[in-house]
Amino acid sequence: MKGKGELGRGAYGPVRRKEDARFIRGLGTFTDDIQLPGMLHGAILRSPLAHARIVSVDASAAEAHPRVKAVITGPMLERRGLAWMPTLSQDVQAVLATDKVRFQGQEVAFVVAEDRYSARDALELINVEYEPLPAVVDATTALDPGAPVIRDDRAGQPDNHIFDWEAGDRAATDAAFAAADVVVAQDMLYPRSHPAPLETCGAVADYDQVSGQLTIWTTSQAPHAHRTLYALVVGIPEHKIRIISPDIGGGFGNKVPIYPGYLCAVVGSMVTGSPVKWVEDRSENLMSTSFARDYHMHGEIAAAADGTILALRASVLADHGAFNGSAQPSKFPAGFFHIFTGSYDLRAAHCAVTGVYTNKAPGGVAYSCSFRITEAVYLVERMVDILAAELGMDPAELRMKNLLRPEQFPYTCPTGWEYDSGDYPRALQVAMDIADYPALRREQAEKRARGEHMGIGISFFTEGVGAGPRDQMDILGLGMADGADLRVHPTGTAVLSVSCQTQGQGHETTFAQIVAQELGLSPDDVEVVHGDTDRTPFGLGTYGSRSTPVSGAAAAVVARKVRERARIVAAAMLEVAPGDLEWAGRWQVRGDPEKARGIAEIAMAAHGALELPAGVEGHLDAETVYNPPSLTHPFGAYICVTDVDPGTGQVQIRRFIAVDDCGVRINPMIVEGQVHGGLADGVGMALMQVIAFDSSGNCLGGSFMDYLLPTTMECPSWELGATVTPSPHHPIGAKGVGESATVGSPPAIVNSVLDALRPFGVRHADMPLTPANVWSAIQGRPLRTDLAIP
Amino acid sequence: MQVPAYVEYEKATSVEHALTLLARYGPEARILAGGHSLIPMMKLRLVQPETLIDINGLAELAYVRVADGELQIGALTRHAQLLDSAVAGEHFAILHDAERVIADPVVRNWGTIGGSLCQADPSEDLSATFAALKATMVIRGPEGVRTVSAREFHTGPYETVVAPGELLTEIRMAIRPGGGSAYEKVGRRVGDWPVGAAAAAIWLDGDTIAGAGIGLTAVGARNFAAAEAEEFLRGASATEASFAEAGRIAAEHCRPSSDQRGPAEYKQHLARELTTRALRRARRRARPAAAGQDA
Amino acid sequence: MQITVNVNGTDYAREVEARLLLIHFLRDDLGLTGSHWGCDTSNCGACVVWLDETPVKSCTVLAAMADGRRVRTVEDLAMKGAGEGGMGRRAGGGTLDPVQQGFSECHGLQCGFCTPGMMLTARWLLDHNPDPTPDEIREALSGQICRCTGYENIVRSVLWASKHEASRREADR
Repeated sequence: MKGKGELGRGAYGPVRRKEDARFIRGLGTFTDDIQLPGMLHGAILRSPLAHARIVSVDASAAEAHPRVKAVITGPMLERRGLAWMPTLSQDVQAVLATDKVRFQGQEVAFVVAEDRYSARDALELINVEYEPLPAVVDATTALDPGAPVIRDDRAGQPDNHIFDWEAGDRAATDAAFAAADVVVAQDMLYPRSHPAPLETCGAVADYDQVSGQLTIWTTSQAPHAHRTLYALVVGIPEHKIRIISPDIGGGFGNKVPIYPGYLCAVVGSMVTGSPVKWVEDRSENLMSTSFARDYHMHGEIAAAADGTILALRASVLADHGAFNGSAQPSKFPAGFFHIFTGSYDLRAAHCAVTGVYTNKAPGGVAYSCSFRITEAVYLVERMVDILAAELGMDPAELRMKNLLRPEQFPYTCPTGWEYDSGDYPRALQVAMDIADYPALRREQAEKRARGEHMGIGISFFTEGVGAGPRDQMDILGLGMADGADLRVHPTGTAVLSVSCQTQGQGHETTFAQIVAQELGLSPDDVEVVHGDTDRTPFGLGTYGSRSTPVSGAAAAVVARKVRERARIVAAAMLEVAPGDLEWAGRWQVRGDPEKARGIAEIAMAAHGALELPAGVEGHLDAETVYNPPSLTHPFGAYICVTDVDPGTGQVQIRRFIAVDDCGVRINPMIVEGQVHGGLADGVGMALMQVIAFDSSGNCLGGSFMDYLLPTTMECPSWELGATVTPSPHHPIGAKGVGESATVGSPPAIVNSVLDALRPFGVRHADMPLTPANVWSAIQGRPLRTDLAIP
Repeated sequence: MQVPAYVEYEKATSVEHALTLLARYGPEARILAGGHSLIPMMKLRLVQPETLIDINGLAELAYVRVADGELQIGALTRHAQLLDSAVAGEHFAILHDAERVIADPVVRNWGTIGGSLCQADPSEDLSATFAALKATMVIRGPEGVRTVSAREFHTGPYETVVAPGELLTEIRMAIRPGGGSAYEKVGRRVGDWPVGAAAAAIWLDGDTIAGAGIGLTAVGARNFAAAEAEEFLRGASATEASFAEAGRIAAEHCRPSSDQRGPAEYKQHLARELTTRALRRARRRARPAAAGQDA
Repeated sequence: MQITVNVNGTDYAREVEARLLLIHFLRDDLGLTGSHWGCDTSNCGACVVWLDETPVKSCTVLAAMADGRRVRTVEDLAMKGAGEGGMGRRAGGGTLDPVQQGFSECHGLQCGFCTPGMMLTARWLLDHNPDPTPDEIREALSGQICRCTGYENIVRSVLWASKHEASRREADR
């Protein structure tokens, strides 16, 4: 029988994806594909104003619409104690507004109707009277005396301040700066953007009034966490709640939180007795779901005259929107920003982050940011480039001089992160070799002499992924350990149930490869089950590149448990002592390899009548909960070549070289695909993406006409390289990779464009580097990109 | 995804029938051609017509042909058809330049020339293009056929001279010897509306500019044209200096607004820079007419 | 109003509102959920289907405009034997189109949401330009967004399909 008892000769490799079979036939099941008998449709009425008191809500005309089944308002939810829900940052967020609206697009009412067109029509029949209030739009004014207080719902909240947080040694850093030969400072904005997965967020909620069972099909990157949260918020016992994440059309952190629309769908189902589907449109997605970034940063770098980098300092103003809903481990309100020490051997570092409320949508941690590492890497890589310019040093040379050396690992950086492994200079050299860096610099010199402007930009990044050890990291008190269950059936094929949740990363294939590798099976013989909380163990889900570091580790550990149990069964089958067996894709007797048993045969025996030693249970199953001992630290070296037309400000990305090290690569094809996708993110963020606002708080990025995403035409043919430095603490030496390219690419592109503009004396310009911004920078007046031009 | 409000629907079987339906349903009816300007507006509920009159079956309105010394384009011609038309590209390379940067290849399959012109977006690429080519719009109504110059076709943002009971049927432009044309556009990304764009057409007599047409869009140029710059170029020699000066004059007469695409200052600069570049490219494509040579 | 639309070779007569978008007609009325939608402004291309042998964004076409016309969706791509309807979840039998094979061979999809639209435009491209360059492939797909792949493997997938079809044509000679 095909695959049965086959020796695994390395199941790692570019195995074709098992999940492709349904997607290429158009047979995926995404949330909006779900049709249930009697299903109704929900639509949300949203605030047109950024800040206003609600005077009245009159839904009577909507309720009278012949195809409307229910209209839910804030006061109705309030009577059930559901008008507010907890956020992932220990704040609360309005489900439907009661007293005020606090951002344009905030949820005000929820209509449930027989079809989606009628639900949309009925929105126009709801009459809301608002009393406009002045809006806080510019985060830099949020703490001004007299600024309007947004969160007057919070007792004892006198202003728009959320938190202050710092990391590092301030005194040591000050001392290092004082002793430095060169100090360079720069303000830089990482503008607000949005993950914009191609599939928007949604849920189909089905509450069974007889059994008390609540089933929700939903776009969730963390179905078990959602289940626990629904139990806490809605008051339904958790064992009566089932969350099913079907196929998800991209997550990128957008699908981590629970959104008001999901909760409204649940209430709608409870009130009408029918399933209720709510899927948002694109404007809702861009205007109300978790945005990303919006960090106003001030960076300072101190160095010796010979280019030795001594210290880094950063202060950050974090715009969190109207509710603090950012999704990161609870002890880290600024996420992992304090890894801004980067990839260099620093004496000291210190950062301080202040979070503020503004009249904008909540969020902040999303879009493959690795918990704010995108912001941290952007800051340090821009500062290094600015320092290089100040010193008149080549940016590659400056980096090579200061990169951590392999013998320094494991390395504890000045803000406390322990980087597990890496050979940084080698990665940078590989990138430079692929690019032929010296040739590029020669070409640049020739072009400059002719008045043509090409730029070469470098970025070197260190990530920290795989959150995380339960004593350090939790989200709303839930520890970030992931479970995995493995059952090997009597006929030798296996089912692995994992808690993480793929949104395109290929888990059905790579996790099968992990188990296959450990058990000497073919990946075709391993089925990966995920997404349904009734069928999978608890875990905190997929985001922050944690699937391979945590769930992947769990898969390896549980497979090894099965393998060890199989050893005992094999020993019984072969009538030898377990210690006499060695593993070579099957259990064989040391010194007599023909006496062997593969997993498939062992499985049958384990389910059969074979007598097992005392205390050993039958079957061939195991479970585990993997609590990661530490984060893993993937890293990379990126080089970007751009050509800039100063007459128009247009930027063309000519080449992008990306060398990534994510430790052991289970499936190199999938790893490369992850890198490709993240590099495209960089093109978008660096050149065109921004969620901007005008002075009244109107969101200007509410559609794909203005929130521009990169196409085939802006993305070059990516040139990839790889180094492999295994993680010493991960069971298979792998690190995460899903967000690496999103983290590393924006500074490479920005550094490249600014390198091209060096003859014009441009020191810095903020993303996005649109043609207007580039041209304005050349004139000496780079644009402020987060606010509309007055 | 957002969805339109309730609307009635009629399918026209001929141009006459379409005009009859327009008369019957009055000013709250809208012509539905490719729908790629109208339907997005309807989904956002920015327009809510009472009746749609579907003219997609009127094959007699989709053509690109040379007749009577003119290039004639039927209003129902799809963008993709115009881009694909060898005869259009042969006489007016600018048409291919512009079509290549309008929207994207899939939208171009269904959106029509007439639909884009009647949408009358202040950033419409074809408005500048036809202004430069000094095209004529042919409009049919209950009283018969009338023509309007491209430069008088638009009366304001999203407004044209096509009255409620009328239908744009054709766009025509004279083919003259010694011509060359080009379109230069800057957008924030491929497929975006222009931040600024310039259309240039020149006709040479030896090294002298016998006639010039300059169209501008998205930069607040009156009638999508740079009449003063055209005036300057008539009789001037076709040199870099002339083109630079024409660009300067064209920019002087623009009144762009600052918005998310860029500040007014930048758009003003683009008007100048792109006019010069378009003229330069048009010049390279122009073949001066010699005595006895066919157009 | 009554419309009759031929979808993947079968005529469907239905009573619809004039405002019903073609994408919703296909997904909700006919249950063909292989075509998706991802925006409000005709930008993303997740909804691309063929209308009279031409790729269109079906979110910007009314079902009424498809009356009397032919629509082709992703469900039709796998070549079928005579008489098979091609509808429903078990219609996955049949030989895969080389474009579908190419996407699987070259990892041209990750989440799969943009994939049906990408494949239908690619199929149209190869029907009209059997040997496209990478630039021509990028141009043809420039109106369709992917958030996962960074496009490189999509281009490689289409190139794979074109080479595969070229060698099949050679073999058939």
